[in-house]
Formats: sequence, structure tokens, C-alpha cells
Amino acid sequence: MKALRYAALVLLTLLFVSPLVFVVLTSLKTAREAVKTPPSWIPDPFTTQAYDRILTATDTPVFRWFLNSMIAATANAALVVVTSALAAYALARLEFRGKKVVFALIVSTLFVPPVILVIPNYEIVGRLFWLDTLLAIIVPTAAGAFGVFFLRQFFAGLPLELEESAFLDGANRWQVFTRIVLPLSKPALATLGLLSFLTNWNDFLWPVYVLFSPENQTLQAGLSTLQSANSVRYDLLMAGAVVASVPVLLLYLIAQRFVIEGVSRSGLKG
Amino acid sequence: MTRRGSSLTAWLFLAPYLLLFGAFVLLPILLGLWISLHNWDFTLPGKPFVGLDNYKALFDSGSVSFDPFWKSMQATGIFTLFTVPLLIVVPLAVALVMNEKFRGRNIFRAVYFAPYVLGVAVVGVMWRFLLDRNIGAVNSYLGAIGLPDDTAWLSSVPAAWVALVGVTVWWTLGFNAVIYLAGLQDIPLELYEAARVDGASRWSAFWHITLPSLRPVTMFVTLITIIASANMFGQSFIMTNGAPAQDTRTAIFYIAETGLQNFQMGEAAAASWILTVALMLLSAIVFALFRLRGTMEDA
Repeated sequence: MKALRYAALVLLTLLFVSPLVFVVLTSLKTAREAVKTPPSWIPDPFTTQAYDRILTATDTPVFRWFLNSMIAATANAALVVVTSALAAYALARLEFRGKKVVFALIVSTLFVPPVILVIPNYEIVGRLFWLDTLLAIIVPTAAGAFGVFFLRQFFAGLPLELEESAFLDGANRWQVFTRIVLPLSKPALATLGLLSFLTNWNDFLWPVYVLFSPENQTLQAGLSTLQSANSVRYDLLMAGAVVASVPVLLLYLIAQRFVIEGVSRSGLKG
Repeated sequence: MTRRGSSLTAWLFLAPYLLLFGAFVLLPILLGLWISLHNWDFTLPGKPFVGLDNYKALFDSGSVSFDPFWKSMQATGIFTLFTVPLLIVVPLAVALVMNEKFRGRNIFRAVYFAPYVLGVAVVGVMWRFLLDRNIGAVNSYLGAIGLPDDTAWLSSVPAAWVALVGVTVWWTLGFNAVIYLAGLQDIPLELYEAARVDGASRWSAFWHITLPSLRPVTMFVTLITIIASANMFGQSFIMTNGAPAQDTRTAIFYIAETGLQNFQMGEAAAASWILTVALMLLSAIVFALFRLRGTMEDA
């Protein structure tokens, strides 16, 4: 039984890992070896010419895309964490008229299919003169309801006593929020920031249509440009795929626990 | 103490998020409806009101939009029909295997989840390469074990559906498995102890304890998987580009092309409302089925 389970797990692991390894190895091959049949695994010779080529090409500025994606995903994660934390705290701890309505309104959009927002948001972003700029990638997606919902549940579960005693010591609402609640919530804030970063980094349909200039693409949208420009240069395409994956995979390796816990908790609250 | 602070404070805390929420979620939902009632081209100044004409065109078999739209709806339907059951059952099986304590468990879990952190563009570009008819590794290895080695995975149906569904399962299996795993870990062990004392087999414990306890989690997984599958875009865009003959061009692909490339935004907005209503109906049915099943078991 035990042996059977390990056999199944190892087989599944191969199915997940071998395509990724093969892609990395292909990115280190010459153009000709990359399309050789039957495929060979070990590059002969090892070469970084695919990376040299894509990182310096001017019509497909991969390094520029990398910077764009970094800026957009970081700014988006920051915007989500700040605005969601503020709103979630009000919904978890403050009393005001209309609270139930506001919360119900926000939660009800959790299951709204994203397709409904695409056309009108294009119009709105156009009116704001944000088309073909990173603002179009950073701001609209920060309006999603998940962050507020996720942090509200977390804040509501914190012990009230700490906040109580801070009030007795003369702290005001803002001080309690920034000095007691936020420090206690670091894991939840980190999880939300990571998930937002990953989602924004990997967003595809929206950047494909709202960014036009080659130098304004994000990495994911740029990959499809790279594919159209080099449809059979698989050495270049795989190098592009590797460059687009390294930051998220590194982030995932370092903060795997947060990412996985964030995802699993999103299910329990659903 | 919750009384402390005025409601002004609360609204100040809420303001930044509500501004975003209003501008990019609530307003678009209404604006989308409004756009769908017009002949709306983003690039032209005049946007004449046309009433329900955009909807009528999509339902009128004589109009030019009828065939491409419903073909794309059919593509989304086929994709959803095959991915959803697979992404409900396979991740559950993986989660069940992972739910027992054994060495290296966290490493396996991290490996299965890893593809999910890659974007759809990366996943699409890499599998387009691996599934290439002539130089792809998949056909090469299939040939090596005596199977057909010239399947056109990206340009013929049904092979393209197998490819799109298979790659999507590979990509998101770990995501659903992680949600199931958290659900499994919340089931009290005493339930299984009691069943064992009563002499229940593992199989019957699975049917009578595991599955019923997991119902809310399964429902959540089903709903988010339906929404994700019905919004499939990147896999088609990158791997098949809709081929063959736009058979694999999904509804959202059609909507994006119509609205954001050809700028027939009125018609595209109408199409997105039709897709959304269809999705909401489907979600409501799924929800009702899970509720019904629940009340039957409680009775």
C-alpha cells in the first residue's frame, strides 16, 4: 500500500516536473538543436545565446517587459493590501449605518464572472487616458472583492482585548489600527500581497488588449508577441518562458507556505 | 467599545476601496448593460442607441454574428463540460492521497501546486512547443511506445480539445487539490474512529463521512472551476489560436476580438451579458443540487 502510494506520487511528480525541466534545458540549446527529433535532453553545446538574443532584441524588449511586470505587480499588490486592509477593518470592527448593505454588495461580486467587466472597463480606462499605460494594469484589478473579504474574516478573528486595552491607554482608532491590528496581521497581509502579486503578474487577456506599444507590454502579454515574432524559434520562446517564470517561482519557493495557506483558506470561507 | 469612533471614521476607512470598487466593478456592470443597448464603437464619436438589436442579432440565425457567437459558446461549453468534472475528481483523489502523513508530503504538495504559479502565457507557450505535431516531445514519446506519433494536437479536433483540457488540468489541478486538502484536514478524526469501531470499511467511511463533510468545499471548488473554465481564453489564444476553423475559439475570445479588436463593443457587451446570465443560471443549478443533496442526507 505504502509502496503503491509512493509509486503513484513519483509518477505524478514526473508528469509535473519533467515538462518544466525540458523547457529550461531547451532554452539552453542552439536554435537547431531545440527542434531536433527525437528530442535530446542535455544541450550539446550548452549555450546562453537564446537569452542574449531575447534580452537585447529591440522589437521584443523582454528586459523592459520584465521591469513593467515587476512595477505593475508590486504596485497592484500594494494597492490591494492598503485599500483592502482599511475597508476590511471598518467592516470587521466599526459600526455604521449601511454596513450590512456594503458588505453584502462587496461579497456578492465575488462570484461575478470577470467577462462582464472587460468591455466596460476598456471604455472607462480609455476615458481616463490609461490605455497603453501600466496604470491600466495596476488599478482596475485592485477593485476585486477577495482582499476585503479575506482580511475582514482575519480581523474579525483577532482577540478584541488588545484593542480594548489600547483604547484605555488613550489610543485613537487610527493608532489602534496601525499599531495593534496591522502588526498582528502580518501573515494575512503577506498572503494577500503575494496572491495579488502572482495574479497580477500572470494576468493575460487584459494586458493583451489594453497595451499596444512593444515597450509597454507586461511579460505575459509580451510572450504572445514573442511567439508571433519567432513562431518556430523554440529556443527563444523557451528562454522567454523561463524569464517570465523565474520571479514567480522564486517567490513561490520562498513563501510557499503563505501562498498555499492563502489558497486553502479562500476555500473554507467560500 | 465598538461604539467608539463615529460613522465618519468608518466611511473614511472604506473610502479608498469603495472608490476603486465603484469605478471598476459597480460602474462597469451598469455601463456594460448601457453599452449593450448601443451601436458602440470606442473609436467613433457617435454611439447610436439601438435598443435590444445587439441581443436580437445574437439570437437571430440570419445575422452575421449568429454563427461565430454560438460556435464560440459551444467551444466554451465543450471545454467546461470536460474540464469541470476532471478538475473536481482528480484533485480530490490527489488530496486524499496527500491527506495521510508520510515522508516528503509537503514537497509533493509544493510540486503539484507549482504549475499554478506560472501564468497561462508561460504554460501555453511551453505546451505549444511540447505538443507540436512534428518536433514536439509528446508525439515523439508517444511514437517511442508504439502509439501514433503524428497527432495534430493543436490544429485538429477532437485532439485540440484533449490538449486544451489536459493542459488546463495539469496547470490548475494543484490549486483545487490544496483547497480539498484543507477541507479534509477539517474533518474531525473522531468521526473516522467511530466508523472504525462500528466496523465500517474505508470505502464506506469515504462515502458516509468524507464526501458529506466535504460538501461545502466541493461546492466551492465546483463553482470556481465552472467560472474559470467558462472564462477560458489564454490557452486557446496561445496554443491553438482558435484553430481548426475557429472550433476552439471560446466565447470570451470571441467577445474580446469583437469588442476590443474590431470595436463592436455594443455587440460584445451584449454577448458578455448572455454568457454571464448562462453562467449564473448554471451556478444556481449547481448550488441548488448541492443543497438538495444536503437536505436529502440530513433527512
